[in-house]
Amino acid sequence: MTLRVDTRIAEPDLALGDETALNAARLTHLQRLEAEAIHIFRETVAECERPVLMYSIGKDSQALLRVAIKAFYPAPLPFPLLHIDTTWKFREMIRFRDSYTKELGLKLLVHTNPDGLAAGVGPFTHGSATHTDIMKTQALKQALDLQGFDAAFGGARRDEEASRAKERIISFRNAAHAWEPKAQRPELWRLYNTRHRRGESLRVFPLSNWTELDVWQYIQLENIPLPDLYFAAERPVVERDGTLIMVDDDRMPLAPGETPTLQKVRFRTLGCYPLTGAILSDASTLDEVIAEMTTSRMSERQGRVIDRDQSASMEKKKREGYF
Amino acid sequence: MADGGLHGKGQVGGEALSPQRDLLRFITCGSVDDGKSTLIGRLLYDAGAPPQDELERLERDSLRSGSAAGRLDFSLLVDGLAAEREQGITIDVAYRYFATDKRKFIVADTPGHEQYTRNMATGASTAEVAVILIDARKGVLTQTRRHSFLVSLMGIRKVVLAVNKMDLVGYDQAVFDAIVADYRAFAAPLGFTEIQAIPVCAPDGVNVAARSTSTDWYDGPTLIQYLETVPLTEASLKAPLRMSVQGAVRPDPEFRGVSGLITSGHVQPGDTVRVCPSGRTTTVARIVTYDGDLPLAVAGQSVVLTFADEVDASRGDVIAAADAPPQIADTVTATLVWMDDAPLALNRDYLLKLGARTVAAKVTDLHHRIDVNTLQPVAAETLALNGVGEVTLRLDQAAPFDPYDEARDTGGFILIDRLSNATAAAGMLRQAVRRADNIHWQAQSVDRSARARMKGQRPAVLWLTGLSGAGKSTLANRIELQLQATGRHTYILDGDNVRHGLNKDLGFTEADRVENIRRVAEVARLMADAGLIVLVAFISPFRADRDLARSLMPADEFIEVHVDAPLAVAEARDPKGLYRKARAGELKNFTGIDSPYEPPLSPEVYIDTTTTSPDDAAAQIVRLIEQRGLPGLDGDGI
Repeated sequence: MTLRVDTRIAEPDLALGDETALNAARLTHLQRLEAEAIHIFRETVAECERPVLMYSIGKDSQALLRVAIKAFYPAPLPFPLLHIDTTWKFREMIRFRDSYTKELGLKLLVHTNPDGLAAGVGPFTHGSATHTDIMKTQALKQALDLQGFDAAFGGARRDEEASRAKERIISFRNAAHAWEPKAQRPELWRLYNTRHRRGESLRVFPLSNWTELDVWQYIQLENIPLPDLYFAAERPVVERDGTLIMVDDDRMPLAPGETPTLQKVRFRTLGCYPLTGAILSDASTLDEVIAEMTTSRMSERQGRVIDRDQSASMEKKKREGYF
Repeated sequence: MADGGLHGKGQVGGEALSPQRDLLRFITCGSVDDGKSTLIGRLLYDAGAPPQDELERLERDSLRSGSAAGRLDFSLLVDGLAAEREQGITIDVAYRYFATDKRKFIVADTPGHEQYTRNMATGASTAEVAVILIDARKGVLTQTRRHSFLVSLMGIRKVVLAVNKMDLVGYDQAVFDAIVADYRAFAAPLGFTEIQAIPVCAPDGVNVAARSTSTDWYDGPTLIQYLETVPLTEASLKAPLRMSVQGAVRPDPEFRGVSGLITSGHVQPGDTVRVCPSGRTTTVARIVTYDGDLPLAVAGQSVVLTFADEVDASRGDVIAAADAPPQIADTVTATLVWMDDAPLALNRDYLLKLGARTVAAKVTDLHHRIDVNTLQPVAAETLALNGVGEVTLRLDQAAPFDPYDEARDTGGFILIDRLSNATAAAGMLRQAVRRADNIHWQAQSVDRSARARMKGQRPAVLWLTGLSGAGKSTLANRIELQLQATGRHTYILDGDNVRHGLNKDLGFTEADRVENIRRVAEVARLMADAGLIVLVAFISPFRADRDLARSLMPADEFIEVHVDAPLAVAEARDPKGLYRKARAGELKNFTGIDSPYEPPLSPEVYIDTTTTSPDDAAAQIVRLIEQRGLPGLDGDGI
């Protein structure tokens, strides 16, 4: 399946200006969104020295990666992938990451904060806020500095969260990776001002204008593989503060008498397993997931423990350099 | 009444949203007082966009915020930025998303009054439709005029006039009709092709998604119906092809293509296209995508094109319909919307980004500012943040463009501050002041090399620099005599003949001296274009100015000659008595005395006039000129 659905209707020898043919060639919203994202990838690569794609193995990353590959076809992807591994990701995510990038022959860089690793930082011992700061935010800054990347592509969308509604497609960060509200540049038409000095960098969000449903429909149309975690299956979970947490390995401390139960669950977003809530679901195929999403309709961040942490709003995190 | 109950479910959105929808971007204009947030919230709600947990929060918060019993406060759905406002974070343009079965919508919402011009220009730049809110009790206000002007300025031609709070005027048709008549009269000069007025009560959803018996006198579309059916950009599919080249695609020696997004028109293999600004024509061989070759690509698609010939096309070039190419000019008029805290500096170098092309540009004239409230031109010295003005821009190289009103993507540009890297302004190109259209393709039969061939010589600019009294004029004269003797066509530009005519308006301040040299360099270039060997004898003490002159010429047609003599020798010669005057303080800024001379670092020729006679020096330079051979012949040998 491809997005060429409409254009393939057109006969190769159609007369120029033929209105019927042109009407048939009208683009769908997904085609427009894809074309916009491709344009953003190409602009960034043309104007930046060392771009990198932040690969987080989730559905948004998968969609982002497919668009990136399309943007540079028939040339190979002109930048590597970077995964910030907190060591607390679902094991299946890591398996999926390694096999998928190998299959496509992509260059994958993996970075873990060595200081955090040495100090044994984790969500159970240090709490979600500290864990996220050290193993994600600080780790990301380390990796970008280490390699001298000046542009990092991410799969964030403006519809994800209220404070992202005004995020730029190309978001400027100073040399300390901080997001400065005053330094954000107006974005008009399809013109992006990517100018930056050495040490300064850009976060680039080609999927800014996509919604969660757009991503799912794109994945379906494009036949993009996803980790199984997105689809309902019986998995061992415990309930913590009203959130279903999957027991993915034996690092998960269980309270006396607490035993994981097998429940049919799936995940709407993927991250560190102790911070990612599962939802009860029977949706085990892409069609069923999309159908369930349009009827049950809870926001996708509902399962993320990190967002509920009031003292650390997304805005604050962003100012500190969170993606 | 439309459904406004606590458990109202989305009416338009729903289960199986088709992936075959199209996309409409629009902007909402109005203040919080007009109920703008409530209207957007209601649109999102009626389209079923907010997820269930957000709706539950809406119900809870509506009770708390003291809304009328059983009425939801829809503004809460879009006021998610309240916390940031308290933290003092700038709120400029927020984008919202919703979809119906027919279309996906992207709404640009520009809250706040302070930065309205900059923010509205940004939001409107990508919008096809503007929804302008009017409070039925207040009618057309100054802000309505301001919003309508900006919307029109940014090229939006379709406007919805949402007359809100109709419940507060008893759904009176006479009130509605009067407001609409008033607005149409005011908006007549703004060039809107369509003004759809709709009577609305946002909290109750009247004429948002559902019709209402309260307005049974209104038989037009609801807001959502209008947005779902307003025709999209078909026009741009039939418009001439434009694709700004983002990059060359050369994965292997066999494949040569260019990538880009088609911004207007359409293209098929076999089409004849023109690469601008070079003007070469070629035929499209393939339209390459990851999903396979396409038989047709249209505006809005990102593609890779390959051509039948090996044409040079690189980033920033425009691939255009061969029979309807863009204009090419280096001096243009434009409307600027100033967006930076630092005001416009006339004649300062900015970077101008147009499509994928970035060039240096300066604003040489500010014709006037436009008062966005009265739409009247006002005399102005500069443009400050949120200022709008008409200007003339001079680019350092000719660029292909279309007038903004014909094609936004090839007529809209940004100016970037070279020091701060801030986006300083958005601009809409209007027309070429000096067209370069014809230089490349229609004038090819008589181009500069043809003119040079007629003279049987390769043109050159011989740039003689050195202290006053070093011997530049003497040397120039000897060179000219020797060249004339062998039938060469020459001309000498020196300080005296230029200062008394072309540059008699210039003094000796640093700025004037820079301009003096710039003009001389331009004249020298024109004369070289005409085929002449031009001898320039100017002190030209600053390296940057000489480099500018060099940059105007092909590499082997600029010959820098350092005519050197120690200051003491030059001062002793003092042929015009200038050193004496400078020493006496009668001449200010005299090179060598109270103004520096920056010697060339690597001139093509170095002449020490204390050891070389003028005739020997001239002979050496003439040999160099003759060794370069003739234009259009291979090799520089004899």
